[in-house]
Amino acid sequence: MTALLEVEDLRVAYGKIEAVKGISFKVEEGEVVTLIGTNGAGKTTTLRTLSGLIKPLAGQIKFNGKSLRRVPAHQVVSLGLAHSPEGRHIFPRMTIEDNLRLGAFLRKDSDGINKDIQRAYDLFPILGERRKQAAGTLSGGEQQMLAMGRALMSQPKLLMLDEPSMGLSPIMMQKIMATITELREQGTTILLVEQNAQAALSLANHAHVMEIGSIVLSGTGQDLLHDDSVRKAYLGED
Amino acid sequence: MTTTQNTTTATTPAQATPSPRRPLTLPTTAARPTAVAGGALTVVSAFLAWTWTAAFPGDLTVYGYPGGLQWLVLVSGALLTLFSLSSYGIKGLTWLTPQGADAAMRLAAYAGLATAWFTMIAISVQLGGFANLEPGAYVALVATLIGWLGTRSLPYERPETTPADPEDSAFGRFKHTLGNHWSVYKGAFATSPARPAKKLPSYAEILIVVVVLALGLVVFTYGITTEYDELFIGFLITAGFGFGAIGKAGLIQRVSTLTARHRNVTLAGAFAAAAAFPFTQSDDQYATIGVNILIFATVALGLNIVVGLAGLLDLGYVAFLGVGAYAAALVSGSPTSPFGIHLPFWQAILVGAVASMIFGVLIGAPTLRLRGDYLAIVTLGFGEIFRIGVLNLDGTSGPDVTNGSNGISSIPNLNLFGFDFGATHSIAGFTIGRFANYFFLMLLVTLIVVVVFRRSAESRIGRAWVAIREDETAAEAMGINGFRTKLIAFALGATLAGLAGAVQAHVTYTVTPEQYQFAHAVPPNSAFLLAAVVLGGMGTISGPLVGGALLFLIPAKLQFMSDYQLFAFGLALVLLMRFRPEGLIANRRQQLEFHEKEEAPATLTKAGA
Repeated sequence: MTALLEVEDLRVAYGKIEAVKGISFKVEEGEVVTLIGTNGAGKTTTLRTLSGLIKPLAGQIKFNGKSLRRVPAHQVVSLGLAHSPEGRHIFPRMTIEDNLRLGAFLRKDSDGINKDIQRAYDLFPILGERRKQAAGTLSGGEQQMLAMGRALMSQPKLLMLDEPSMGLSPIMMQKIMATITELREQGTTILLVEQNAQAALSLANHAHVMEIGSIVLSGTGQDLLHDDSVRKAYLGED
Repeated sequence: MTTTQNTTTATTPAQATPSPRRPLTLPTTAARPTAVAGGALTVVSAFLAWTWTAAFPGDLTVYGYPGGLQWLVLVSGALLTLFSLSSYGIKGLTWLTPQGADAAMRLAAYAGLATAWFTMIAISVQLGGFANLEPGAYVALVATLIGWLGTRSLPYERPETTPADPEDSAFGRFKHTLGNHWSVYKGAFATSPARPAKKLPSYAEILIVVVVLALGLVVFTYGITTEYDELFIGFLITAGFGFGAIGKAGLIQRVSTLTARHRNVTLAGAFAAAAAFPFTQSDDQYATIGVNILIFATVALGLNIVVGLAGLLDLGYVAFLGVGAYAAALVSGSPTSPFGIHLPFWQAILVGAVASMIFGVLIGAPTLRLRGDYLAIVTLGFGEIFRIGVLNLDGTSGPDVTNGSNGISSIPNLNLFGFDFGATHSIAGFTIGRFANYFFLMLLVTLIVVVVFRRSAESRIGRAWVAIREDETAAEAMGINGFRTKLIAFALGATLAGLAGAVQAHVTYTVTPEQYQFAHAVPPNSAFLLAAVVLGGMGTISGPLVGGALLFLIPAKLQFMSDYQLFAFGLALVLLMRFRPEGLIANRRQQLEFHEKEEAPATLTKAGA
C-alpha cells in the first residue's frame, strides 16, 4: 500500500536562499507524523509548499497517488489536504460560525456542513458558546481551536497543523495537544509541525527532526523522545 | 446627585464636600425644566420676526409664520422639547428615547443654538450690523441659550481621569490634559443600553418604516431645494446635530432593526420615496441635481463591491464610468460619433456595460496579481491611461474614435416606447421635465445595482470576497481561488459603472475626457467616489448612497467654496477617519474592528437597505 503523502527530495528556495534542501518523508493513513526543529529549519516552508502556497524548486509530492507539484493552492483543498497555517490566520471580523462555514467553502452538502459545524462545537465547546462572536475577539488559544476546527470543515484526508501551540499559555497548549490526540483517536491523519518537541513527539507515530533545511533524524515518536541527541538539542537536558 | 458629578470625591469619602458646580451650569434640579422651557421658547421664537427687511432671503419679517431658516430653528426647538419631555417619562413620549434622553437633549440643544446663532450672524453680516435684528431674533438667541444651559446642567457620570505625569514634557502634559477634557466631554454624550422594544404587529412595523421613509424624502427634498447658501448651511447644521440627537436617543437603531426585518418593504419603499421626488417639484431645476446624485451614488455603490466587499483599493474607478459613457455615446447616433450608428437604448446600455466589463477584465487580469498599495497605484495609472488615451484618439495623435478633447457631443435624447425623454410631460397634473425623465430612468439603474449588490454580497461569491478582504492567504487555504474571485469583483464593479455611464452620457448630452479624472472639483471622479464609499460606510448599501448624495450636494450647493473645495474635502476626510472610521452608516463587522478598545459603540446600525 502506498502512503497517503509521499514527499521525495523536496527542495524549496526563496530567491537564492534554499530553505528546504531535499527532504523525503511519508505520512501513512491514520497516523500522526511530526516535523520538529528550531526556528528556520524549514518546517513551515515545507507545509506551505505542500499546500501550494509556495512553488517547489525540485522534488516530488505525491498525495493520494497524485502529484501536487503543479496544483494551485485553492485546488489542493479539494484534493483533501487541509492546512491550518502558522499564526492561525482566522478571519477576525467574521463570526466564529462564518469562519467555520468558510472552511467548508468547496462543499455543497449543507446538511453535512451543519453536522460538521456541530462536530467542531463538540470538539471545542467554547466555540459553540461564542458562535455569533467576531473571531478576532477570541483569545489566542481559542483562535487556534477555531483554525483547527475550520481546517477540519473541508473533511480533509490529511490535516496539516503548523505550530498549533505557538504563543499559547501552558494550559491552553495542553488543551490543544489533547485535542490533537483526540483527533488521532478518531482516525484523522495529521502532519504536525511543532517547536514544542516534547508534546509533539509524545503523540506522534513517526517524527522527523529538521535542521537548516534537511531531515537529520527520523524515527518513531517514542524513539526520538528517548534519543539522547534529541533530548539534548530540543528538550533542554544536559 | 451632585456627588456623581465628580467621581474622585465620590470614591474618597474623606473629602466628601459637595463638588463645586461647573461654571455656567444651573443646579441639577433646574436642568430639565430649563431645557423644556428653552426648547418651547425656541419654538415660539421661530414665529416672531427676526429682521426688518426681506432683503435677507427667506423673509424672516413675518410675525406668526416661520420662514426660511426659522423652520430649521423650529425643528431644533421641537426636538429639544420632545426629548426633554420624554426624559420626564411622560406617557406617550418615552418611545422617543429608548437609549436615554440626556445625550439626545444635549445634541438637540446644540442644533438650535448653532442654527439660531448662525442665522443671526448671517443676517448681521449680510445686512451690516446687529441693528438689523428685530426683538424676535434676541428671543431666539436667548431661548437657544436657555436650552443649551439647561442641557449643560444635566448631571452625568464623569469618566475617571488620571493627572498628567509630572515627569512628562510640557507638551506631553498638555496633550494628556487635553485628552482628559475630551474624555469628560465625550462622557456627557454617553448613552445607556437600549430598552427592549415593544413587540408590534407586522403591519405597524411596516407603517413605521413607511413613515420614516416619507420623513426621509421630506428632509432630502428640503435639502436639495434650498435656494440660498445660508439656508443650505443651516440645513447641514440642523441635520447634522439633529441626526446625531436622534441617533443618541436610539431611534436610528430602532428603525434599522425594523428595516432589517422588512428589507424588501424598505427597498420598495425607499425607491417609491425616491420616485416621488420629481413630483414634489414644480420645475426641472432640482431634478438636475437629483439625477446627478443618483448617477454619482450608483457608481459609488458599484465601487463598494470592489472596495467594500472585496477590499481592493481601486483609484481609477471613474474610468469604467467613462468607458460606459463613451461606448454608449458612440452608438447613440450622435453626429460627432465616427460610427454613425443609432442603436436603441437597451442595446446602447448593454454596449456600455459590456465594454466596461471587458475593460475591467483587461485591466484586472494583470493588476489583480498585486496586493494592497501596489494595486492602488496601478489602478490610479490605468485610470489616467484611459483619460489620456481617449484624449489622443482624435484623428491626429491616433485613430479618430473619440474626437479628442472635444468629446462626443449632441447626444440625442432617448425615446423609449414613444416616450421622449427630451420633452416635458404632464403626468396627473405634475410637470415632469427632461431631467426628471432621466431621473426615473436612472432610478431604475440604481435599483438594478442595489439588487445586484445585495444578491451578490449574500451569495457564495460574496462570502469569498469578504474572506479575501480579511485574509487572502487563509482564503486560498480554504479553497477560494483568489485571483478569479477578485477578477469577478473587479469586472462586476466595472459593469455596474458602465450601466450608469450609458445613462450619464445621455443626461449630459456630451462626454469629454475631462469628466473622468482622478481628482477634480466636480464629482464624479475617482477620489470623490472612493470618498463617498468611505464616508458613507464600506460594505453597506445605504452608505455609499448617503455618502454620494452628501458629496454631490455640498459642492453643488456651496458654490462660493469652489476654490477651497478640495481643501475642505480633504480636511473632512481626515476628521472623519479620526473620529468615525467606519463611516456614517457602519457595517456591524467594521464597527467591531474599529472600536475594539473602546466601549461598545452607541448605535450599531445594520448593513443593508
